[in-house]
Amino acid sequence: MTENYTALYEQHKEAGASFTDFGGWQMPLKYDSELAEHHAVRNAAGLFDLSHMGEVWVTGPDAAAFLDYALAGKLSAVVTGKAKYSLICAEDGGIIDDLISYRRGEEKYLVVPNAGNAKAVAAALTERASNFDVVVEDVSEGTSLIAVQGPKAEEILLRLVPVGQHSLVTELKYYAAVEVGLKVNGTEQQLLLARTGYTGEDGFEIYVPNAEAASLWKALLETGGGLGLIPAGLACRDSLRLEAGMPLYGNELSLEANAYAAGLGPVVSLAKESDFVGKAALTALKEAGAGSTTGRKLVGIKGLGRRAARGHYSVLKDGVVVGEVTSGQPSPTLGYPVAMAYVDVEHSEPGTVLEVDLRGKAEPFEVVALPFYKRRK
Amino acid sequence: MSNIPADLSYTAEHEWVTAPTADGVIRFGITDFAQDALGDVVYVQMPEAGTKIVAADVVGEVESTKSVSDIYAPLAGEVVGRNEALDADPSLINSDPYGEGWLVEVRLEDVASYATLLGAGEYEQQVG
Repeated sequence: MTENYTALYEQHKEAGASFTDFGGWQMPLKYDSELAEHHAVRNAAGLFDLSHMGEVWVTGPDAAAFLDYALAGKLSAVVTGKAKYSLICAEDGGIIDDLISYRRGEEKYLVVPNAGNAKAVAAALTERASNFDVVVEDVSEGTSLIAVQGPKAEEILLRLVPVGQHSLVTELKYYAAVEVGLKVNGTEQQLLLARTGYTGEDGFEIYVPNAEAASLWKALLETGGGLGLIPAGLACRDSLRLEAGMPLYGNELSLEANAYAAGLGPVVSLAKESDFVGKAALTALKEAGAGSTTGRKLVGIKGLGRRAARGHYSVLKDGVVVGEVTSGQPSPTLGYPVAMAYVDVEHSEPGTVLEVDLRGKAEPFEVVALPFYKRRK
Repeated sequence: MSNIPADLSYTAEHEWVTAPTADGVIRFGITDFAQDALGDVVYVQMPEAGTKIVAADVVGEVESTKSVSDIYAPLAGEVVGRNEALDADPSLINSDPYGEGWLVEVRLEDVASYATLLGAGEYEQQVG
């Protein structure tokens, strides 16, 4: 696989980052301490390079109807300025990716897939578009994405926004986006700013052309440093999203998983009038009781001891395998091990005590409601 | 580059071992390379004093947020001490892997066995 580098690679190198491959991209794993980065996001703010994520524009008279057909959610119901979390499913209901779609106009959406799936999603969208009057344009290569996440995110961002536009930011709702002016190197850039994130904290994601990414990154670090903003890598992004109970494609979600087992039933709109890819299979899964009365269901489990469960470890009940861990680690915020696991539905009630086989020794874990961590509003 | 002190001996499992004292006791821990690869350590499980350990057996584990790695007995003997400070502050393994982040002290079954460990140069070649 060819290795991709984001427009911010040199910034990461200068900051002393350790790198890891993620979805074919060399991404910063951590700069110094992933624990310090985790706590910075919970208590102040962290700056993330998410330029490995994809960006696909869907434009044209049929844009809304097309996305209703291509994705599992009802994207036509999203009003301009808002965003929606959705799934792109295969015919058999398997999950090709989970993604966020921003409605930017009556006939205009920005679809944001995960790094490793960006090409597959762009290809699937293009293929599904054949009977619709739309243009699907993958602009991932030229687009960087920078996130500021944490309780200080708004305060930091406002320092780069002209006073006259402050209300655009302060009044921006969760899962909404707006074009806003950001002062970078003395010039004001109009950039797309979304109040979204993957950390369980308040925060923003900023779409920026590659050529401007480094300047924006530096400007944010400079202005946010005094408020505790530090660059944050993928290691803490993973621990933050796990505490927030958010699924990661490749761990909790895959072509073998389905929306109902993954607890994403509400994201699937079986009620929308139009057909959509995967609808027949998902209807059958729902009618069969997938994730409620049959099969396995994604749950949160909390370690009652100190040792953490890790991905692919077996979940046991009375010595019999009843599930498998998808993600797990010691929670930096909560101080005990947390994990997500698919378990047989009969063992999925919160309060159920199960065991996880931790390298040959079974340790007790309790099923708990997700998320593990919820920020104070 | 990771730090590999010349006066210690090493195992292929990224542990360092001090030269035996007059009464045949060694101290061991994990190397700078190992702590860096593991990331921020949040929990350490170590054998209690009195435990008899066999070389290369798993005797504990070091857990970080992103991964976990086994602690192997570098040589055979009996545990005579464990670093109690790590129970309260496991991050000492990251901040001072060869000093305050030591793991366990062992009275060797056979003091001559120390000579079977890797020298600093050999270990350095291994971690490249």
